[in-house]
Amino acid sequence: MSLIAITEVRKSFGSNEVLKGINLDVDPGEVIAIIGKSGSGKSTLLRCVNGLETIDDGSILVAGAQLLPDDLHLKALRLKVGMIFQGFNLFPHLTAGRNVMLSQMVVKKTAKAPAEEMARKMLDRVGLGHKFDAFPDQLSGGQQQRVAIARALAMQPIALLCDEITSALDPELVNEVLAVVRELAAEGMTLMMVTHEMRFARDVCSRVVFMHQGRVHEIGPPGEVFANPKTPELRQFLGAH
Amino acid sequence: MTEFTTWDILRNLLLAARWTVLLSVVSFIGGGIVGGLVLFARTARAVWLRRLAQGYIELFQGTPLLMQLFLAFFGLGLFGIDVPAWLAAGVALTLWTASFLAEIWRGCVEAIPKGQWEASSSLAMGYFQQMRHVILPQALRIAVPPTVGFSVQVVKGTSLTSIIGFVELSKAGTVVTNATFLPFTVYGFVALIYFALCWPLSKSSQILERKLNVAHRNH
Amino acid sequence: MTYQFDFGWMAEYWPVLLSGIRVTLELIAIGGVLGVALGIGCAWARALGPRWLRPVVSTYVELIRNTPFLIQLFFLFFGLPSLGINLSEFTAANLAMVINLGAYSCEIVRAGIQATPAGQYEAGASLAMIRFQVFRHVVLIPALQRIWPALSSQIVIVMLGSAVVSQIAAEDLTFAANFIQSRTFRAFEAYFVSTAIYLAMAILLRQMLRGVGYVLFPKKAVR
Repeated sequence: MSLIAITEVRKSFGSNEVLKGINLDVDPGEVIAIIGKSGSGKSTLLRCVNGLETIDDGSILVAGAQLLPDDLHLKALRLKVGMIFQGFNLFPHLTAGRNVMLSQMVVKKTAKAPAEEMARKMLDRVGLGHKFDAFPDQLSGGQQQRVAIARALAMQPIALLCDEITSALDPELVNEVLAVVRELAAEGMTLMMVTHEMRFARDVCSRVVFMHQGRVHEIGPPGEVFANPKTPELRQFLGAH
Repeated sequence: MTEFTTWDILRNLLLAARWTVLLSVVSFIGGGIVGGLVLFARTARAVWLRRLAQGYIELFQGTPLLMQLFLAFFGLGLFGIDVPAWLAAGVALTLWTASFLAEIWRGCVEAIPKGQWEASSSLAMGYFQQMRHVILPQALRIAVPPTVGFSVQVVKGTSLTSIIGFVELSKAGTVVTNATFLPFTVYGFVALIYFALCWPLSKSSQILERKLNVAHRNH
Repeated sequence: MTYQFDFGWMAEYWPVLLSGIRVTLELIAIGGVLGVALGIGCAWARALGPRWLRPVVSTYVELIRNTPFLIQLFFLFFGLPSLGINLSEFTAANLAMVINLGAYSCEIVRAGIQATPAGQYEAGASLAMIRFQVFRHVVLIPALQRIWPALSSQIVIVMLGSAVVSQIAAEDLTFAANFIQSRTFRAFEAYFVSTAIYLAMAILLRQMLRGVGYVLFPKKAVR
């Protein structure tokens, strides 16, 4: 059974239909890269899977549980699916360690000691164990993004959504973040990532989804999609990148 | 008739100023509590709650404080209670203060980037958890200067309670004037005492604001 | 609560209310225009005026902003006659409003002026404008455009604050309400109706000022 099942999902902002019936099944352990021009609806799709946008039609199932827009279902969903943002969105008033501890303590009601232990473990995992007491504004962009990954991992999600997580980074900082994602993929984490890093998509992902004008235009293993694009739109897109 | 020395005048005014201070403090604290509730309603997800809070704010900011004092004074009286002036004054000033503080604080909450809401949502936090742990700690920091600044309006607002008969600094000014026939001196002193109460608050609000701006630039 | 509300008095007393409304409107019309003008003048003096004038203006602004309007009013109306200056109720009320609004709008306009990029002054000077021309054309107009919403709110606040001029017997809307309640003993109803009128006037005034903003600054503010 697929871990994330997206069926006929539609979403409009006003009169602008951004998602025009999306179907996508993600198996456990799969790493999905979603590519496409800006405005193709790829970020919106990701945000829908995390319940940050409500869908107008269709259904999204995560581990068999349906995504419904009430607080209880949303909470259950978000405990299973973590999300990493383009702009990091660390809590600026908390240290890196506290950032990772916060939701464990207030949502999962974990006691302080085990939450701190988990936070140290996760920060170690992203190579930032020594930055436990640093505030976000004392960290580089790449370090902030790695803390954000640790923060999501500490909730022990079964899947991670990554929304252009390297787009706001200086070029020399991109690799340290991608290295962390690569490791996660190797450990079997299910990942859905919107990305512009074509080489990364080719090397790491199990499938590539090309979105165009609110639809899944092409989908397949990276070897196939990158080597033999079937549609002119994808050929043009890849040519530009 | 006894002669009043300058010291007599000043002493009487200063004694009455204690009531100005007390009423200001009570109204400010009360207004802060009510204002916090209005803030939660104003930023709530339920549309009707937001509308209600908006109406409250519109009503208290769109009518004269003096009218609110009159309505509290005569309105509470309709319930058959003999309303002392201090009670009407405290109630009206509290509600009036709440409407302004709620609006000031809403501005601070809305100044927090959307990403903070989204990140905390994605970590499965509920509305109150987000407010308590993520949004308010950040909003409070930027709320301090305008909140301190508004306290000046509260101190000045208490002067209107003299009109419904609460004896504070302004009322004392009128009483002393009637006894001494020295309005220029007496109201001059009254103004100076208000200034002595308000100016430090205004100044510290400005200094806090400047500090905050400097801190922001260092980020 | 066994109290019976009675608004029957309105049939007889509406002309009183109307004349009160007229006085309040006159006060805010005159006070608004002169107060903002005074504020602009003071903002100019503080930013670009002669050096000796600056502390004078800032003392005025600080004194007014840190004392209650009611006391300013009493000082003008009851205090000045001992210096031989006698003002009518209306004049004293209006003068107090102008002085009060002047101080607040000075601060608001000044904030707008401070937000002017330094390059604008230099560009103006490089076009051989004299200081006053630079102030008027390059600094003031964009500044006013920036701070128009804040200035509008302050004008509404002063209008609502004008309710206390009834205390020196200026015959405004609150004075009318006091008069009606003393005749009819319907205090709550009288104040309820006048509060509703104030609310309506505040909403209308805000809309009107927004309209004035569109007329004065037809182009969208460049930030």
